[in-house]
Amino acid sequence: MNIQAADTNITTDREPKMQARRVNVFYGDTHALKDVNLDIYADEVTALIGPSGCGKSTFLRCLNRMNDTVASCRVKGVMTLDNEDIYSKQVDVVQLRARVGMVFQKPNPFPKSIYDNVAYGPRIHGLARKGDELDEIVFTSLQKAGLWDEVKDRLDTSGTALSGGQQQRLCIARAIAVNPEVILMDEPCSALDPIATAKIEELIDELKGHYAIVIVTHSMQQAARVSQKTAFFHLGNLVEYGDTVEIFTNPQEPKTKDYITGRYG
Amino acid sequence: MSKPEDLEKGSKLPQPTAWKSNEMLKRVKGRYRSEGRFKAMGFAAICAAIIALVLLVGSIFLTGIAGFSQTYVKLDIYFDPAVLEEIQTSSGEDLENAFISANYAKLTQDSLRKLFPEVKSRREVFRLFQFVSPGSRTQLQNIVREDPGVIGKTQSLWILAADDVDMFVKGKISRNVAQSDRKVSDLQIGWIDSLSADGRLVKRFNWRFFSSGDSREPELAGIWGATVGSFYTLLVTLIVAFPIGVLAAIYLEEFAPQNKITDIIEVNINNLAAVPSIVFGLLGLAIFLNVFQFPRSAPVVGGLTLALMTLPTIIIAARAAIKAVPPSIRDAATGLGASPNQVVFHHVLPLSMPGIMTGTIIGMAQALGETAPLLMIGMVAFVVDIPQGIFDASTALPVQIFLWADSPERAFVEKTSAAIIVLLAFLVTMNGLAIWLRQKFERRW
Ligand SMILES: Nc1ncnc2c1ncn2[C@@H]1O[C@H](COP(=O)(O)OP(=O)(O)OP(=O)(O)O)[C@@H](O)[C@H]1O
Ligand SMILES: [Mg+2]
Repeated sequence: MNIQAADTNITTDREPKMQARRVNVFYGDTHALKDVNLDIYADEVTALIGPSGCGKSTFLRCLNRMNDTVASCRVKGVMTLDNEDIYSKQVDVVQLRARVGMVFQKPNPFPKSIYDNVAYGPRIHGLARKGDELDEIVFTSLQKAGLWDEVKDRLDTSGTALSGGQQQRLCIARAIAVNPEVILMDEPCSALDPIATAKIEELIDELKGHYAIVIVTHSMQQAARVSQKTAFFHLGNLVEYGDTVEIFTNPQEPKTKDYITGRYG
Repeated sequence: MSKPEDLEKGSKLPQPTAWKSNEMLKRVKGRYRSEGRFKAMGFAAICAAIIALVLLVGSIFLTGIAGFSQTYVKLDIYFDPAVLEEIQTSSGEDLENAFISANYAKLTQDSLRKLFPEVKSRREVFRLFQFVSPGSRTQLQNIVREDPGVIGKTQSLWILAADDVDMFVKGKISRNVAQSDRKVSDLQIGWIDSLSADGRLVKRFNWRFFSSGDSREPELAGIWGATVGSFYTLLVTLIVAFPIGVLAAIYLEEFAPQNKITDIIEVNINNLAAVPSIVFGLLGLAIFLNVFQFPRSAPVVGGLTLALMTLPTIIIAARAAIKAVPPSIRDAATGLGASPNQVVFHHVLPLSMPGIMTGTIIGMAQALGETAPLLMIGMVAFVVDIPQGIFDASTALPVQIFLWADSPERAFVEKTSAAIIVLLAFLVTMNGLAIWLRQKFERRW
C-alpha cells in the first residue's frame, strides 16, 4: 500500500523505502518543519538542499529518530520505513537506528582502535557470533568504504589518529558494518578538502544501489553529481522535490531557481 | 541645519589615522606602563605566596625533621637471674605472666647505677632511673622472650633514652638557661656529657615513629596507628562515596528529565559542597552514633561521615567530566543503535573516568586532611593499639596531629611537625597522582 497524499508532486509507481507525510517538527516554539512530504527510494541517492537553518538536518534526524535525544523536539505526522510507522510504539528505536544508519557532519570516530570502531555496531547488535565473522565484517566494511588499503596494517591504532577524510570514511565503514538499509549523511564533506570530498563522492556512488542514501549538502555541484532526487527546503517548507536533473535544469519554483543559480542563500 | 559643506565633509572618505602622532605615541607609552605595572603586581603576588609557603613548610620541616630521629643510650645490661627468676622456673600460662610481670626496670636501673656509682641520694637516684624511657621495659622483655638463654649474661644494648634527654641532645633544651627554668637539671647534663664522651649516646633514625601507635611518652609515640585509622576511614569513604557519587552524576547528566526537581537537586548539591565540615560531623554524630548506634571512635563512622562530605565533590567533578565528553561521541553511538545504557557505559563513562578519578582523588585528599567531623564522632580518643578493622577504635592522621599539638611535653612539638610532614607527604602524593592522571589521559577531540 502506498499512502500517497494528494498534495505531493511525487509521480512514481515504485515502492518508496521511506516516506514522510505531513511531517511537522517543533523545537519548543520553533516550527522547524512544516507539512513535509517526501519519498526516499532504496536504489537512489536523495539530496537535501536549502539555505542554512531551513530544516535539512532536522528532517534527516527525524528519519532515524535521532531527534528523540533532543528534549524540546516534537515530531508530528507520519514517517514510515517499509510502510511501517517508525514513530509507533511497536518500533524499537535501537533497531530502527541500526536499519537507518547515520554519518555526521564532523567525523566522529570513537577514540578507540580502527578495528573497534567498525566492530562496535556489529558487537552491540550481536551480528557476529565468532571472531572470524567479526573480522570478516570489519574487512568488508572497510573495503566498501575504500579505506582498507590505507589502514590494513594499523587496524589497532586509534581512529582519531587518521586524517579528516579517512576519519569520515571510517565513520561510513562503521555505519555500513551494521548492514543498514538506509544511510543518512549530514554534510559529510563539509569538513574535508576537495580530494577527500571526491573520494567520499565516489564512495557514495559505489554504495548507491546497496543502500538508500539521503545526503544533506550545501554544494550544488555535489548534489548534482551524486544524487538522483533532490529536495529543496526553505524556511521549514519543502519547496520542490523531484529528479535531480529536472531540479537543476528546469526548476518549477522561482525560489528553487534563485537558490541553485546562487542568487539566494 | 547643517551647511552643505559639512554634509560634503561627512560623506568624504575618513582621513587615515595618524599612528605616529604625539597623542598616539603617548597612548602607546601609557599602555606599556600599565602592562608593566600589572606584570610587576602579579609577580609580587606570586613572590608573596611562595614566601609564605616556604616559611610555612620550611618551619614545619625544620622542627619535624628532628622528630624522625631519637636518642639511644648504650647500657651494659646484666640479665640478672635473681630478677628474672620466675621466667626460668615457671611454664605454660604462668610463663606468659612471668614474661609480662618481670621487673625489667630493675635491670636498666642496676646498669645505670653501675655507670654512675657516685649517685647516692634517693632523689638523685630517682632522677637517674628516669634517664631511660619506660619503653625500655618492652625492649628488654622482647629480648628475653626471644632467647631466654640471655638470663645470667651481660649484653651491651642501645636503650631508648627518655624524652628530656632526647630534647637536650637535640639542642631543644639549652644549657645556658637557669637550672630552674629548664626540665633537665645540671646533674642530668653532667650524666649526658659523660655518656656522650664515652660514645654511649647516639641519635638514630626513629623507626618506631612509623610502626607504633600513640603513647603518653613522646619517645614511644608513633603515627602508624593514626595512619592505619586514616586508611580504614578513607577506605569506607571511597567505597561509599565513589559509586554513589558516580551514579548520581550519571543520572543527573544523562537520564534526569530537565525540570524543577532536577534543578533543585543540582543547586542543593552545589550548596552541600559549601557546608562547613563540622556540620557533617554533627550530622554523623546524630545519625550514625545516636540513631544507628554504631561504635564510637570507629573508622566506619568516620568514613561514612567523610563520605557525606566528599559526595558533593565527587558528584560535581564527575558531572564536569561527563559533560566534557563531546556530544559527537554520544551521537555516533546513538546513531549506530546503541541504547542509552550502552552509550553511557561503553563510551561516556570510560572517557570521563580519568576526570572522575582526578576529582575523587582530590576529594579523598580533602577527606584525609579533615579533622573537625572526626572530632565530633569521637575519633579523637587516645588510642594506643593499631586498629585491626573498620570497627576498632582509632584516630586519624590530622586528629593525631591535633592531639599531639595539644600535649604539654616539649618533645611532642617535633612529633607534631613530623606527623604533619607525613600527612603532607600523603597529600602531595595524592594530588600528584591526580595531576598525573589528568595529564596522562588528557584528550583533544
Ligand atoms: N536542538 C535544537 N533546539 C532548538 N532549535 C533547533 C534545534 N536544532 C535546530 N533548531 C532550529 O530548527 C531550525 C532548523 O534547523 P536545522 O539544523 O535543521 O537546519 P539546517 O537546514 O540543517 O541548517 P544548516 O544548513 O545550517 O545545517 C533552525 O531554525 C534551528 O534554529
Ligand atoms: Mg544542518
